[in-house]
Amino acid sequence: MVTALLTLPLVAGLAAFIISDDVRRRRLLLWTAAGHSVLTAALFLQRPGAGCGTSAAAYGEWFGLDELGLIFLGVTSALFFGAAIYAVCYLELEKRDPGEEADEGFIFNNAPEAVFTGCLLLFLAAMTAVTASRNLGILWAAIEATTLLSAPLIYFHRHKRSLEATWKYLLICSVGIALALMGNLFLGAAGLKSDLGLNLDALLGGAALLDKPLLKAAFLFLFVGYGTKMGLAPFHTWLPDAHSEAPALVSALLSGALLNCAFLGILRAVQICGGAGLADFSGGILLLFGLLSLATAGLFILGQRDYKRLLAYSSIEHMGIMALGTGLGGGAVYGALLNAVGHSLAKAGLFFTSGLILAAYKTKRITEVKGLLGRAPKTAALWLAGLFLITGTPPSGIFLGKFLILKEAIVSGRYLVAAVYLVFLGIIFSGLARIFINMTFGNRENQATDEKVFAEPRGMVWPICIFFACVLGLGLYVPVWLDALLNGAQFLIRGVP
Amino acid sequence: MNTFAELTIVFIILLNLALAVSGSLSVCIRLAAVQGVAAGLLPLLAAGGVRGRAMAFAGFIILLKGVVFPWLMFRAREKTGARRDVDPLIGYPASIMLCLGAFAASSWLGSRLPLPHSSVAYIVPASLATIFTGFLLITTRAKAITQVLGYLVIENGIYIFGLALFVEQPLMVELAILLDVFVAVFVMGIAIFHISREFDHIDTDQMAELTDWHRPEDAKW
Repeated sequence: MVTALLTLPLVAGLAAFIISDDVRRRRLLLWTAAGHSVLTAALFLQRPGAGCGTSAAAYGEWFGLDELGLIFLGVTSALFFGAAIYAVCYLELEKRDPGEEADEGFIFNNAPEAVFTGCLLLFLAAMTAVTASRNLGILWAAIEATTLLSAPLIYFHRHKRSLEATWKYLLICSVGIALALMGNLFLGAAGLKSDLGLNLDALLGGAALLDKPLLKAAFLFLFVGYGTKMGLAPFHTWLPDAHSEAPALVSALLSGALLNCAFLGILRAVQICGGAGLADFSGGILLLFGLLSLATAGLFILGQRDYKRLLAYSSIEHMGIMALGTGLGGGAVYGALLNAVGHSLAKAGLFFTSGLILAAYKTKRITEVKGLLGRAPKTAALWLAGLFLITGTPPSGIFLGKFLILKEAIVSGRYLVAAVYLVFLGIIFSGLARIFINMTFGNRENQATDEKVFAEPRGMVWPICIFFACVLGLGLYVPVWLDALLNGAQFLIRGVP
Repeated sequence: MNTFAELTIVFIILLNLALAVSGSLSVCIRLAAVQGVAAGLLPLLAAGGVRGRAMAFAGFIILLKGVVFPWLMFRAREKTGARRDVDPLIGYPASIMLCLGAFAASSWLGSRLPLPHSSVAYIVPASLATIFTGFLLITTRAKAITQVLGYLVIENGIYIFGLALFVEQPLMVELAILLDVFVAVFVMGIAIFHISREFDHIDTDQMAELTDWHRPEDAKW
C-alpha cells in the first residue's frame, strides 16, 4: 500500500513532463491527487486498533507509517487534493492572461505548464516519502528532494523577484539540510558501539545505549538543519521571500505541507532523545527557539506591507507554537499536533484566498487593497473567516491547540513562558486583525464607479470553504479516530500515554 | 599503510587554503574537483584491503565529483559569460586568515569531541576545516557560481567527516544522498542561467529586492 502511495505520484509526475496536451495533463494532476487521497484514506481505515506502541516489526526496513507519519501524510494528501482542484482553475486563468507585475509594471512569462505540473507531482512523491520513511538517511534524502523539486515551482512566474526568492530558498535550505546530514552522521557515531545504524526502530529500541554527548551534538545539527527548512527563527530568512513570490497554491503547499515535513524530521530526533533520557535537553532547545520564532513573527507582522509576506510570518508564528508545544511536553504535545493539523488547513485556505485577492487587485501591497467586501464579496468573507480561524478565536480548531499548550505551561509552573506566549499571541492577533479588517472594509481612493464585482471561479472557492469548515469542525468536535491517532502520536513523542 | 591517507589529508587542508586565496573562477572549480577526488580516494587508502563494493562506490564518487560537477560548473560559467575572477567581498589576506583561524578552531574542536578514535590522524579537523571553508566561500564571494562551489566544498567536508566517524550508511542511503547532491548542483546550474539572463549578471549581493528591512527612501512600499 505504501509502495503504491509512493509510486503513484512519482510515475504521474514523470508522465506529466511527456504529455503535451494541457487538458489531459490537468486531468492527470486531478486524478493522481484523488487517487493519492483515496489510498491515504484506505491507510487510515486499515490502521491497526487504537495503537499505543505498535510493534516495530510492523514496518518495513525503509518505509512504513506510524501514527505520527500518518497524521502528516493525511494532512499532506488532503492539502494536495485541494491544491490540485485549485491548480486546474489557476492554470486555466494563467493561460488566458499571462502575467503582469502590477507593483512594478513589468511583463513576465510563466514556466512551461508541463514542468510545473510534473514538479508538483514529484514534490508530492517526495513529501509522501518523508512521512513514510523509517530510516533517517532516507528521511534526509527525501527532505532535500522536496527542496529541489519545489524550487522550480516558486519560479513559475519568471521574473526577477521570484528568481531571487528561488535562489535564496535553494541555497539556504540546501546548506541548512547539509547540516542535518552532519546530524545524521553524529547519530550514526552515537550508536556505533551498539551497531544501531540509522534505522528509526533500531535507534528507538536501543536509545538508552546511545552515546549521550554525541547524541546531543546530533540533535543540535538535526535541529538547525531541519529547523531551517521548517522556518524557525532565526533560520527563517528564506521563508517570507519564497512564500510571497510563489503562486498561491504553491505557497499553500509550502506552508501547509512542506513545513510539517521538516517538523517531522525534528520530531524524529526528539523521539530518539526522549528514548535516551534527554527529553529535557531537546525540550529546552525547542522551547527557546519556539518563543524566538513567536517574537520574530510578532515584530514583523506589525509593520508588514505585503499580505502574502504577512501570511508567511504567520506560518513562522505557528511553527514557533508547534516547537513550543513539543518542547513543553505533557499534554502540550497533543496541542502542538492539533495545531499542526489546524494550521495546515487554515493557512492553505488563506493562501488560496490571497491568490483570489491577487487576481482581483493585481497587487500584493496591503495599502492598495481596500474595500474587498464590495469588490469580491465571497473572497472578503473567506478572508475574514480565515483571520478568525488562524488566530485561534474559538471555536477554531487552532484555539484548542493553543489552549492546550497554554494549559501545560501553567500546570508545569512555567509562568514566564506562558506570559511571553500570551503577550506575543496578543500582539500577533492585533497586528493581523488590523491589516485584515483594513483590507476588507473601506473604500479605495480612485475606485471606478462602474467597477464589476470580481467573479471567483467556483473551483477556487470550494477547496477554501472545505478546509475552513474542517478547521471549524476540529474546534467543535475531534473525531474519535483522529483523537486516537493524535494520542498515539503523542505517545510516540513522549514515551508515556 | 596510512601514510598515504595522512598525506591526502594534508593535501585536502592545503586545497582549502588554496580555495580561500585563489582569485580565478576556473582554478577554484578545479580545486574543488581535485578535493572531491581526494576525498573519494580516502576510504580506499585508509581501509587497507579493498573490497568490491567500496571500490565501485569510490569510483562513482570520483566520477561525480571529479568529472560531472566540474563539467556542469564550467558549462554554467561559459553560458553566463561570467568574468574570470571570483569577486570576493573581503580581501584575500582576510580570507586566508579566516581559513587558518577555522583550521585552528577545528583542531581544537576535533580534540574535544568525544569521537571514536580514528586510525588516520587529523581527519576530523580536516573535515571540519573543509566545511568552514565552504561556508567562507558561500558568504564572502559575490557570484552565484562560487556559492554553488561553496556548497560542493561543504559536501566534500561532510563526506570526509562521515569517513572519520566510521559511519557506514546503507548503499541505498548513500546513493540517495549523492543523487540529491547531483540534482542540487543541476538545479542550481539552471537557476544560474536564469539569473544571468534576468539580471545580466550573477552577483548575488545585488539581489536584495525582497526584504522586510525597508529604507526610508522606499516610500512606494
